[in-house]
Amino acid sequence: MTHYIVRRLLFAIPTLIAISFILFALLDLAPNDPTGQLPLTIPAEAREQIRESLGLGQPFHIRYAKWMEQFFVNEPLNLVEQAFGVEIGNSEERLRVRSWATRSPVVDLIIERLPQTLWVVGLSYLIGILIAVPIGIVSAYRQYSWFDQLGTFVSMIGFSVPTFFTGLLAIIVFSVTLQWLPSIYDTTHRVTDLSSFWVQIKQMAMPVMVLALFNAAQISRFMRAAVLDNLTQDYVRTARAKGLRERVVLFIHVLRNSLIPVVTLIALGIPTVFGGAIITEKIFRVNGIGELLITAIQGADIPLVQTLSFLFAVLIVLFNLIADVLYGILDPRIRYG
Amino acid sequence: MPATSSDSLTAPSRATGRHRSLWMDVWLAFRNHTGALAGAGVFIAIALAVAVGPLIHTIDPHYLDILAKNQGPSLKHPMGTDNLGRDTLAQVLAGGRISLAVGFTAMMIALVLGTLVGVLAGFFRGLDGLLMRLTDMFLALPLLPLLLVVIMLFRESLRAAFGPETGIFLLVVFIIGITSWMQTARIVRGDVLALREREFVTAARSIGTRRRRIITRHILPNVLSPIMVSATLGIANAIIIESALSFLGLGFPPDFPTWGRLLFDGANFISVTPARVLWPGLAISLTVLSVNYIGDGLRDALDPRLRGA
Repeated sequence: MTHYIVRRLLFAIPTLIAISFILFALLDLAPNDPTGQLPLTIPAEAREQIRESLGLGQPFHIRYAKWMEQFFVNEPLNLVEQAFGVEIGNSEERLRVRSWATRSPVVDLIIERLPQTLWVVGLSYLIGILIAVPIGIVSAYRQYSWFDQLGTFVSMIGFSVPTFFTGLLAIIVFSVTLQWLPSIYDTTHRVTDLSSFWVQIKQMAMPVMVLALFNAAQISRFMRAAVLDNLTQDYVRTARAKGLRERVVLFIHVLRNSLIPVVTLIALGIPTVFGGAIITEKIFRVNGIGELLITAIQGADIPLVQTLSFLFAVLIVLFNLIADVLYGILDPRIRYG
Repeated sequence: MPATSSDSLTAPSRATGRHRSLWMDVWLAFRNHTGALAGAGVFIAIALAVAVGPLIHTIDPHYLDILAKNQGPSLKHPMGTDNLGRDTLAQVLAGGRISLAVGFTAMMIALVLGTLVGVLAGFFRGLDGLLMRLTDMFLALPLLPLLLVVIMLFRESLRAAFGPETGIFLLVVFIIGITSWMQTARIVRGDVLALREREFVTAARSIGTRRRRIITRHILPNVLSPIMVSATLGIANAIIIESALSFLGLGFPPDFPTWGRLLFDGANFISVTPARVLWPGLAISLTVLSVNYIGDGLRDALDPRLRGA
């Protein structure tokens, strides 16, 4: 097992380096000029100096190496320093990945935006799982019942209708027509007492539910298939034959075995949820990571785009690894050679 | 099928005489799948409406009638008009042509790439490791951010080279195609790996059939069913990605709106004319839903274990 994890980790390194190179090279090909949006009255020499100050004077491989150093060495060191209040080396002089638009370190921007994304996206994923697992179990246990028919149909709809439509539909119904919920997420809102907590719940309700429904649709389809697979297994017949109660058979035997693939799916889905949340954040104006990425892309803020998309890639590789390891831990039949 | 009963021996023309092909069986199984049949009906209806609709509803989608802006549904404008007085129905029909074209073309690119990689990796041992590592790497790419970045970078140059409509069409179709072939490749590779050890492939090889001929004659027809299922799901996927890109403002320009772009433009007028969000959104959802149902039905129909039952 440890051997397997080490091997996978070793394989993850070249993958990530290749991805970082692709992202860096792709953005370097960008035909746009970071000084292009500055006033035309700036003389050519000053323009050149601005380009130098943005670190664009050096050749490609040096900039790539510097970015790698900043991302993999300097920024983690900064995070450690902030977390433990210690100083490692000369932290004042350390180069940081800086945004071209705001001139502030990219990592600070991301840390500032992370809580909103985690709250909205994380909560929606959690709610999605909580909805999906019971629906999947009941659907499979009562296959072809009206509940199953309805559940399968609804999950097919939830799976097919894109979040940018369900989100807008929710705004039409709950904000425009009924005027129950605000259509814009207010990040400056602070929860101090019960009434402000209620406001927070109201503004989170729509983005969370829209994403939760989408996630629930996918997971419940998978859960149903997994339970159906297990219900026909021999061990279920054995358990029933030796007189176990149906509840025990379903919730101890079948459920635990069916959750194995579902847990892996959930782990695999976490990075895609971050990516998909870009759209939900855009609809409800939640200023999370997705919103940050969109503004960075529209403003051609290359360092920010680079770092954010690479972070997404790291998340994908990491959760792929977690899913594989989880699968091995949960299912002793899997042997890693 | 062993012909043991005397009926089939004496009267072969009625019961078994009609040639039972694989596709006939698949069609019979597909026909019993209510959802798939309904999906196929809805999809054909949408495709027909988009293809023939502009001939019946002849208002030009670009025609500005500023006096008739933000109207509700009427006989002249069944879906109302937008803030510049353009007819929403005409726009939805015109947008559907682009959306469906993007879906089909991107799916074809992804399918060809995926099948190529899958067959090569499954059939040639030496290429397997390399190609599968490539597939893994593509699967680890953050797709939506990457697509947005690529569009931002290359939109202007392609627009200059091929004109605004063709340029963005080529870009969107190409990048969706080259970022969604991985699932097909994996499935095809798995099937090819199993097929190449089968007796008929060994037999073909033993009589000296060339490898290219083995692939086209013996391998490809046998992996056709997973490819067809991926094709249907690929259309749905491509339509969703294209609308997501357009919805984020980085897809098609407003002069050639797709369904996603119409949603994006309509979202700002959601309290004035909700119909502008409702119809394009409904069109995307119905198309994807019907295609997904077709895919489900096709998967069941093409699976011989399920079909026999």
